[in-house]
Amino acid sequence: MSVADAKGPASASEPLLRIRDLKVGFSSHGKTLPAVRGLDVELSKGEVLGIVGESGSGKSLGMLASLGLQARNAVVSGSVVFKGQELIGRPRRDMRALRGSEISMIFQDPLSSLNPVMTVGDQIREALLLHTKSMTKAQATARVLELLQLVAIPQPDRRINQYPHEFSGGMRQRVMIAMAIANNPELLVADEPTTALDVTVQAQIMRMLRDLKEKLGLALILITHDLGVVAGHADRVAVIYAGLVIEEAEVRELFANPRHPYTRGLIASIPKLTASKDKLYSIPGAPPMLGALPEGCAFHPRCSFAQDVCRKVAPATIELGRHRASCHFAETLPPWGESARAAQSEEPAHG
Amino acid sequence: MLNYIVRRSIAMPFILLGIVTMAFLLTAITKGDPLTAVVSEQQLNNPEIVAAARQRWGLDRPLPERYLIYVGNLLKGDMGTSFVTRRPVSTDLMARLPATFELVISAMIIGSVIGIVFGLLAAYYRDTAIDQSARIFSLFGSSVPIFWLGLALLFLFSVKYQILPGPGRIDPRMSPPPVVTGFMTIDTLLAGNLAAFKDALSHLILPSIVLGWTVAGTISRLVRANMLEVMEREFILTARAKGAGELRVVLRHAFRNILVPVLTVISYSFAYLITGAVLTEAVFAWPGMGSYAVTAARSLDFPAIIGVTIVGGVMFLITNLLTDIAYVLANPRVRLN
Repeated sequence: MSVADAKGPASASEPLLRIRDLKVGFSSHGKTLPAVRGLDVELSKGEVLGIVGESGSGKSLGMLASLGLQARNAVVSGSVVFKGQELIGRPRRDMRALRGSEISMIFQDPLSSLNPVMTVGDQIREALLLHTKSMTKAQATARVLELLQLVAIPQPDRRINQYPHEFSGGMRQRVMIAMAIANNPELLVADEPTTALDVTVQAQIMRMLRDLKEKLGLALILITHDLGVVAGHADRVAVIYAGLVIEEAEVRELFANPRHPYTRGLIASIPKLTASKDKLYSIPGAPPMLGALPEGCAFHPRCSFAQDVCRKVAPATIELGRHRASCHFAETLPPWGESARAAQSEEPAHG
Repeated sequence: MLNYIVRRSIAMPFILLGIVTMAFLLTAITKGDPLTAVVSEQQLNNPEIVAAARQRWGLDRPLPERYLIYVGNLLKGDMGTSFVTRRPVSTDLMARLPATFELVISAMIIGSVIGIVFGLLAAYYRDTAIDQSARIFSLFGSSVPIFWLGLALLFLFSVKYQILPGPGRIDPRMSPPPVVTGFMTIDTLLAGNLAAFKDALSHLILPSIVLGWTVAGTISRLVRANMLEVMEREFILTARAKGAGELRVVLRHAFRNILVPVLTVISYSFAYLITGAVLTEAVFAWPGMGSYAVTAARSLDFPAIIGVTIVGGVMFLITNLLTDIAYVLANPRVRLN
């Protein structure tokens, strides 16, 4: 798709966000090390997309680069179209105007994500004033109180003048959410929003995100390493391995019928209360290092189904309706059911 | 807040007494005989005159007694009489303190501003030509001796290109303004003498740069190191993610977080500036405490030496107190305790 086309008005059928062949690399000693190798993802208005992968798979990096928030030595190419506008290569000023107003982000650790020497009120107010120049300070304060109420922070008129260290972990993440939704964005990218929180608080935060999504008509991208979070909250899931989406499907379909051995491994490694204690499954081996990708399919050294072809040829993406997977054997893997799952769990975890 | 200041100030008189005692003992164990400052060389051979002088200055009494008398007088605000000028030390110091203050404060402003700006630039443009230039500039200022730098700049700007005036606080052909604050720049303004003000200001520039440059390096290295660290923190990403521009990210989000270490290094550099002022004043014939201290030390003028030490100590204590107060204002996490 040419840039000229991309800048045309968004049609009704066009997705809110479409990422095509997004590549992010880091230049080091004259070479470019690929971290994201061609991400393809789509998201409609009001949809919740889960992006799942191990740390270092490129899931956060891809989203940050889409918003122009990559590190200075990163090289980004490909296409990111948001509401019909191409974002890659846009002037920094335009990207700034977009960030925090139409697209917002929240991060993993709400303590380190908030500025320790600014009151939470100031930080949320800043998000408002940056994007609405005509707003007075009093109007902004009124809106901050409203937002704090929306994310269920008790006594907002007292809390507004407090610093992040005076809040608990869950309350801090609520502050982050209040800041992110301050300008009624259409897309919220939540990067591991509950990973740093207690389990009981995790559920509260996820429920709050879902409620806000309904109330405000947000589209949500949920970046996580936790398939459990995705199972409960996403409409669709994209599984990322070594900088590529290796499988994507509706959430039910993905769990019922995973077509990539990596996805199967991830599902099998979710701890179950019924399973015997000492047999927690883990995928053997470790994800490839940056710049040391194996030939062929990047997953083959860890894959129990790997054949010769996997070691030589990178698999194409096979589309089965709205389900796609990048595996030579996506259509011929043994059917997935409780028995297959159990069998995979029986397998010893060796490298 | 007031409570905090009071608590912080309680220890100050005791520290001050310690300083006085140390200064007193140090002068007492000095090998030289202060009588050489009081009695002329020819009369040193005359035992009667020497004995009379000893008695006149109290040098014949035992050390503990001299100490007690000194501390007693000090409590009444009497710092003794200078052997050399034969005026009360406190009078001498009051006359010279403003000149040093004017120099040190303006050097501190120059040093801090240059240090902070260069540190911010070096951190933001890490590993580029800007970073390297800032590094060399800092290294130069903190490694070249003050007297050399002072003479070199004097030669360059005052002798060769004649952009700036030579030593002194004001052109000798100008009539100095009546002393109100003792700050030449302020007094000339108060007198409404604009020409004299300009002249005083231009006299202040070179020594302030020389003295300020010595601390600008330390400050800029510290600002750079701390900024590099804080710019990696996640809340910087949050600030960018909400659409903040780079200048706002650097100043409002990052720099505010390093205010505590920056204040610390500036307050330490204040002590360094006071010592550095001695050399600067010597080079620029600046009639401040530094040149007074040099004269006093050369002639073993005990009362003057102790007086200078006490004033230096008090200035250092006050700076520390101000720094502590600034900490509290800069860091909300300290504020509660």
